[in-house]
Order: sequence, then C-alpha cells, then structure tokens
Amino acid sequence: MLLDVKKLNTYYGESHVLQDMSVAVKDGEIVALLGRNGMGKTTTLKSIIGLAKPKSGTVLFQGKDITGFAPYKVARTGIGYVPEDRRIFPNLSVLDNLKMGIKHGKEFQTGGQNQWTFERIFKHFPYMKARTNQRGALLSGGEQQMLAIARTLMGNPDLLLVDEPTEGLAPVLVEEVRDMLEEINKAGVSILLVEHNLKVALSLANRVYLMGKAHLGFTGTVEELKAQPEIRVKYLEV
Amino acid sequence: MDPVTAMYVAQGIHGLAYGMILFLVASGLTLIFGMMGILNLAHASFFMLSAYISYTVLQVTGNFWLALLIAPVVSAVIGILMERFLLRRVHASGHIGELILTVGVALVILESVKVFWGTENLPLPVPEFLQGLVSVAGLEYPIYRLFIIALALVLLAILTVILYKTRLGMVVRAAVSDADMVNALGVNVPLVFMAVFGIGTWMAGIAGVAIAPILTVFPGLADQMGMDAFMVVVTGGFGSLGGAFLVSTIFGLLSSYGVQFVSALAPVLMFIFMAIVLVIKPMGLFGERE
Repeated sequence: MLLDVKKLNTYYGESHVLQDMSVAVKDGEIVALLGRNGMGKTTTLKSIIGLAKPKSGTVLFQGKDITGFAPYKVARTGIGYVPEDRRIFPNLSVLDNLKMGIKHGKEFQTGGQNQWTFERIFKHFPYMKARTNQRGALLSGGEQQMLAIARTLMGNPDLLLVDEPTEGLAPVLVEEVRDMLEEINKAGVSILLVEHNLKVALSLANRVYLMGKAHLGFTGTVEELKAQPEIRVKYLEV
Repeated sequence: MDPVTAMYVAQGIHGLAYGMILFLVASGLTLIFGMMGILNLAHASFFMLSAYISYTVLQVTGNFWLALLIAPVVSAVIGILMERFLLRRVHASGHIGELILTVGVALVILESVKVFWGTENLPLPVPEFLQGLVSVAGLEYPIYRLFIIALALVLLAILTVILYKTRLGMVVRAAVSDADMVNALGVNVPLVFMAVFGIGTWMAGIAGVAIAPILTVFPGLADQMGMDAFMVVVTGGFGSLGGAFLVSTIFGLLSSYGVQFVSALAPVLMFIFMAIVLVIKPMGLFGERE
C-alpha cells in the first residue's frame, strides 16, 4: 500500500469535519474521492499533506507513519499537493513557479529514475516553454492549473494529491487536464483525486470513495459504483 | 553659495537621511508582515535596543564600526530567539495571540532598557571621521547624513540581490503571497521565517545605531519610529519592499520640507499622504493582498 489513511478525525474549531475517515491508494493507482460540497474531501487531502492537523487516526505513506508532520516534511517523503484554486505564486514567473517545486538535498529526491526535469516538463506542457518569464498572475485558469500540476511534479512525487483540477475550466480544457493526469499516472505517479466532474473522475479512477457528511459512504471500483445507481443518487446527485 | 539654496539642500539631505533610517526599520516590518501575517509591534523596540547597545559598545571600545557591527547582531539574535521560542508557540492560536505577544515583548524591552540604562537621554557623538561638512559643486553636505544615506542604499542593494537573484529570495517572495503553499512544496518555511525575522531585526538594529548620534538614545525612541514605520508599511503596501523604500523617502522629505514651509501642518503631512493613498489604493501603493 502506497498511502494508507486510517480513521482520521479532524476538527475546524468545534466542527467535526472528518469522522473516522479512511482511504488507501495502491502503487500506480488513481483513486477518486467523490461527494457533494462540504463533505470533507478537501480536508482529507489537507490532513494528509499536513495543512490540517488531525486529532486522531494515522497516515501511513510507504509504510512510514507521517501523521501530524509539518507540510514540508510530508512533501519531502514524496507526496505532491495540487490544491484547489491552483495557488500559483502570482508575483513569480512561470519558471520560478516551477523552481519552487524543486526540493533541495539528495534525500528529498524520491523520484529515482523517474526524475522530472525542465525538459521533461516542457515536453508534457509545451506552452510553458514559450512563457517562462511571464508572471503567474497573467496566466489563464487552465494554464494555471497545468502549472500547478507541473510545479508539484518538479518535486518528483510518488503520489499526487489533486484537488478539483477541472473546476471552472472550459470543456476543452477539462479534457486536456484529464488527459494530462492520465499521462502523469502512466509515467508512474499515483494519484488521489478529488473531483466534482463525475465523468472525468470515473474515466480516470481505478477505485472510488464516496463521502457522506464527514465520513466514508462507499468504497469500490468504478464498475461496482456503476452497477449500483442508488448509491450514486444517495451520495452524489443534488 | 546662495544661502537659500543651501538651506533647501540641507533640509533635503536631512529628510533623505531620516527617510533611509525609516526604510531600514520599515523593510523588516513589511517583510515579516508579508510572510508571516504578523504585525510585529516589538519591531521598533529592537531598533531602540540596538541604539542602547551601540551606546555601551561605544563607551567601552570607543569604536563606531564595532558598535555598528555588534549592536544589530545582538538585536537580531534576540529577535530570532523571540521568533523561535515565543512567536512560534502561539502561532497555532492565531494572529491575535501573536499580536498580544509582540506588545508584551515591546514592554519587556522598554522596561529592561530603563533598568539597565536609566530614563535620561544618552548623548552619542557623531564619529570623528564622519563629522563636519563636505563641499561638492559649491554646496555643502553634512557627512554623517550622507553616510546614513549611502549605508541604506548599500543595504537596499544587497537585499534586492538576495530577493531577486537567490533561491532564498525566491522562496521569500513566494511565501509573501502564500506561505502554506510554499510549505506544502517541501520548503522548511519555519526556518525561512526565522531567517527573515533575523534579517528584519538586524536592519532595524542598523537603523538604531545610525540614528543614535542624531537623536540621542532614550526610552521613547521606539514610539515615534514604530508609528512612522507602520505608516510606511500600510502606505507602501504590506510585504512590498519597493513600496517601503518609496514611501520612506517621501515621508522623510515631507517631514523636513514640511517643517520648513508649512510648519503648522508638518506633523500631519504623513497622515494626509497616507489617507490620500489609501483612498485611491486601499491596499497601499504596491500591495497585492489585504
């Protein structure tokens, strides 16, 4: 098991946002985390990367207990975080945004033979090469999304946590981001994906987790989910 | 030389010198605020503390350069210890706690200097080799003021190179806009915070040493400077070094020419300038965040 999250409980003040949340990702998998707004999907990702502090439960990554680690320490174990809203550094150039993703020091280079270099990034994201000096703030939503993914790849993650990558994008860009995630996964990076677009999520994922209010509702493969329309109604349809 | 021109020039130099000292204090304040979201109300206290330490170093050694070297470093070390052992502990409980803590540190520093150095004004001589006037193109300039301006410009240049040409600078600029994201990308942000805090208090310390021979050293030194530096940060835009530099210069000139031309209005000119800027640009001249 690459990532094994067991019975996480996370609070924002008094509000119990995650209740015994468990999720697992195997090596090479794309796992989709689905559910309506406010169910705790984003908090699950934040609790893994360390931006939210779980009160109880464990996060195991490659067998190592990383629960409660500071975000930079979690990132250095080989987890990349692509947040909601992209969070590109607006005052930095495209090139500097990519450089921010590079982790220094040999022990942090977890990618092994699977290193992401500038050449490799520019091969996957050709438009970036022509715009290396442009400020992040001047990119379109789709370009910012691609840059947010590319920036995280520069740190050679074994696992990507991706939060709502297609939100607010035009349909043609949604396809592009979808294909990009598939390509990255084929290159050896496992992905835990939070996604509202059910079509995108189901076309990418090996397995899905459905979240009800703050806790886990359903776990299974995409085929199992498709075979049970009542579950879709219960957890996803508004 | 025409005495009127000479007077304008002298006022200009005085204004620029004060503006540069203001910039040395405000630059640290704005960087710390931009990165950590903390308004460090103890910032000007480090400026004052450094002035006191430089007084003692000068008394013991008589060497101005030694004072300029030691006092800011001691202030920076105390600043770093404050960040590491006090601020970091209350960080989790939010900005209010941090704000109150910085007020507490400011009070502790204020009372400590009273205990160690007393409450009267301690005079410091301008170092001998920086005394007097220098004549350039028929106009005379006070050497010590020129020295302060040059010192600030050198520090500005070094700071600019660090910020725009090094990885540390890139990380700082990124953290000014989104420290959590920088952290999540694998950068030891707490360590960077500590470094920025140290550099900020060090610069404030330099300013303290530089201003001591002009104003003398006294416990109220932090109050006026703290207020002015805060106004510079608000007007220039939180986190903006360029904004801090521009506004410090304007404030310095406003105060010296203000006294000369509209002396009744002089104390409020900076406030008027700030109000006008904030009406037009609520986030300050170069601010990108609220």
